[in-house]
Amino acid sequence: MAASDALVEIRGLNKYFGANHVLRDIDFSVARGEVVCVIGPSGSGKSTLLRCINLLEQPQGGTVVVNGEDLTDPDCDIDAARRHIGMVFQQFNLFPHHSALDNCVLALMTVLKKKRPEAERIARGNLERVGLAEKMDAYPGRLSGGQQQRVAIARALSMGPDLMLFDEPTSALDPELVGEVLAVMRRLAGEGMTMIVVTHEIAFAREVADRVVFMDGGGIVEQGKPSQLLSDPREPRTRDFLKRVLKPAESED
Amino acid sequence: MSSPDNGAAPRRRLSPRRRAQRIRAVQYAVLIAVIGAAVLFADWSQVGRTFFDPGLMRDTVAHGLWRALWNTLVYTAGGFVIGLVAGTLLALMRLSDVAPYRWLATIYIEFFRGLPALVVFMAFSLLPLAFPGLAMPWPPYGTVWAALGIVGSAYMAETIRAGIQAVPRGQIEAARSLGMTSGQAMWQVTLPQAFRIMIPPLTNELIMLIKDSSLVFIVGLSAANFDLTKFGRAAANSNVNITPLVVAGLGYLIITLPLSIIVRRMEASASKGR
Ligand SMILES: Nc1ncnc2c1ncn2[C@@H]1O[C@H](COP(=O)(O)OP(=O)(O)OP(=O)(O)O)[C@@H](O)[C@H]1O
Ligand SMILES: [Mg+2]
Repeated sequence: MAASDALVEIRGLNKYFGANHVLRDIDFSVARGEVVCVIGPSGSGKSTLLRCINLLEQPQGGTVVVNGEDLTDPDCDIDAARRHIGMVFQQFNLFPHHSALDNCVLALMTVLKKKRPEAERIARGNLERVGLAEKMDAYPGRLSGGQQQRVAIARALSMGPDLMLFDEPTSALDPELVGEVLAVMRRLAGEGMTMIVVTHEIAFAREVADRVVFMDGGGIVEQGKPSQLLSDPREPRTRDFLKRVLKPAESED
Repeated sequence: MSSPDNGAAPRRRLSPRRRAQRIRAVQYAVLIAVIGAAVLFADWSQVGRTFFDPGLMRDTVAHGLWRALWNTLVYTAGGFVIGLVAGTLLALMRLSDVAPYRWLATIYIEFFRGLPALVVFMAFSLLPLAFPGLAMPWPPYGTVWAALGIVGSAYMAETIRAGIQAVPRGQIEAARSLGMTSGQAMWQVTLPQAFRIMIPPLTNELIMLIKDSSLVFIVGLSAANFDLTKFGRAAANSNVNITPLVVAGLGYLIITLPLSIIVRRMEASASKGR
């Protein structure tokens, strides 16, 4: 992919938690409009990589360039940069003291300084986009997990992001609610949103991703087209992992 | 329990339910004995005359009780507001990334939590000795508010800090990921949720301040500025009867009982919801 196309450009990324070397010299880039799924065993550093992209975690080495701006530069206005990077969390992290609508409105008003009517118009549009036109006034505690996660997606979309980061968005959901969230994400991918998705949903990765990245032990072990990586992985570690994920009942550990 | 090979079990033990029954019976017996003794040995007419003289009660209520009640409210309210603002500031200092702020806040909190409120009031009333010409504004309110505020802020700071820390990290991360500054995340997301958690303990601290406001007598007050306790004591002394103090005590209950009920309700609904 051409360098000018890259929306995210990560070079030599290193992250430690104390003595724990969690990300080891990661080079990773994502093109505009690309959908990348990140898979890998627990503790391999997937979440940490994602959280380094909007600097929720401060890396100790390397550069993270998003939209041409180096976020690791101390002079970078990280708050301004984060406006264009939406993030969706495993635990939804909705604001429980605000309705679905106000969850979306809050940052529009405090961060983008929109007036209430305009903020509400944008928020409504995005809640409709995730199929929650009926639930605008509901508080998070009254919504199902799937609905909460869709509100969280609408909240991130309301800021008009160039990039969306998803950290296991369906892992906290009851199985019957996973589909509605994946459907929203599938539609978003179809509309051309650039997305990085940490997920265990291999079927989703196979269908939606342009590229799948397999991480293990703090590094990227292998990446490629889903048809190749998921069906015919080159690395034994990838093969082992996929076997365990796809046929959990047959694996012995 | 009835294992035959356990040699050291000569006496049959009571079943737990039987034992609980007996313990309860003993508790009732003690209670009845105490009430019986009180009825038999106290001189009830004398007690009635010194504690609950109806004429003196009416007199006390008519002559200044409401004024004193109002003063107690004003003293407490001012102290609480100052304590809340200073307490929030101290809590933020304790959570600061800047270590000296943490130290300062910790020293302040530990110092004033360990000190009797009485001592703080005494120090405040003697302050002009150390700083001649120093005059707190709106005497006596300035002094009282400052003293109560200092005592209250040390307690409230810990409550507020605990409330802030009870808000899950994910909330701040969500706010920051939307581009909020750390200050915006604090004011828009953390504090509104923290204060909801803190309302019951803060109300308890308000009740404590109401009681501590009885220390205002140390500051030296004119009769118009008497709080409930000082008012009750003055009336009790001049009448050589405890009734005015009892009335003043009931005045405190008029303020504190509704607060207690509110806290009880909120704690009940908090344990139900969420
Ligand atoms: N805040 C933290 N403090 C200390 N260590 C951390 C922290 N966050 C993550 N780690 C460690 O970093 C490593 C990578 O964690 P990370 O959460 O990125 O893994 P992951 O691939 O997302 O795993 P999972 O699939 O379980 O979410 C783990 O060893 C973890 O214990
Ligand atoms: Mg993770």
